[in-house]
Amino acid sequence: MSSGEFTAPAGIDGAASDAAPTPRQGRTFAGHVPGEVGVWVLILGDMTVFALFFGVFMHYRDHAPALFRHSQATLNQTFGAVNTLLLLTSSLFVVLGVSAVRKRMRTVAPKLFLLALCCGLAFSVIKVLEYSAKARHGIGLNTNDFYMYYFILTGIHFFHLIIGMGVLVFLWRLSLKPDVGTKQIQYLEAGASYWHMVDLLWIVLFPLIYLVK
Amino acid sequence: MVVSLFRQRVTLVWLGLVCVTGVSWWLGTDHSAAHKLATIVVLGVAFTKVRFVGMYFMELRGAPLPLKLIFQGWCVVVCTTLLIMYLVGG
Repeated sequence: MSSGEFTAPAGIDGAASDAAPTPRQGRTFAGHVPGEVGVWVLILGDMTVFALFFGVFMHYRDHAPALFRHSQATLNQTFGAVNTLLLLTSSLFVVLGVSAVRKRMRTVAPKLFLLALCCGLAFSVIKVLEYSAKARHGIGLNTNDFYMYYFILTGIHFFHLIIGMGVLVFLWRLSLKPDVGTKQIQYLEAGASYWHMVDLLWIVLFPLIYLVK
Repeated sequence: MVVSLFRQRVTLVWLGLVCVTGVSWWLGTDHSAAHKLATIVVLGVAFTKVRFVGMYFMELRGAPLPLKLIFQGWCVVVCTTLLIMYLVGG
């Protein structure tokens, strides 16, 4: 379905519920939901959970600003920034990959999804390097509050990224199919939206953990 | 044919996001005294980037209004809350 309508339940805008039933009880909104509504429930749910994490991090930072600033100085900001650029670039490749599938560019689309996957792998390598450097210096979850939140927040994000790489493999396999129908396009859009969510969560995590002073 | 694929507004958006990331990186690692202002800018820029990712990469520009409003509302509410927490907490 390349375009569609989103229907809000009747009475959502405060209309009298005891009014006589009419044939058309909902209000329709024009527009196309990328993927499907279900994937947006997942994405917006995940974003809400991460919003709470951001708030918790900021709350505990307020309790010990000096400790957080001192611990933050030991992080490698360059790694964080390069990872941001990698995810932004991977997102561009995914957008172009979906566009290539829509335009029936069958040889280009799979390559774009593979390039996006390579960016995800590079992110993972940098994250592992970062974690192992901390471990070598004896820094772990229990070192202090800052490192605990650093490892938990970046770790949960890393988990999302690994799932996202699995999604990218699925998108790559889908783009290899000779005939891609509307259902497959819907899957592509849903998978792409998930990957962009991984990107946008890191866009907030990077400044929050690495840059806020 | 491939070049035409890159000739989309989304490529310009990506370029803008990359440039702005560089500015945030520079601001965030700058050790000048104005780190409070730098932090406010860096957080504001981050949520603006998120909005652009949503509108252009996630294709929410053409989405139904409620979905667009929820997404952009998230950006405004979370950004404002974090900035208030930062400024009040010091």
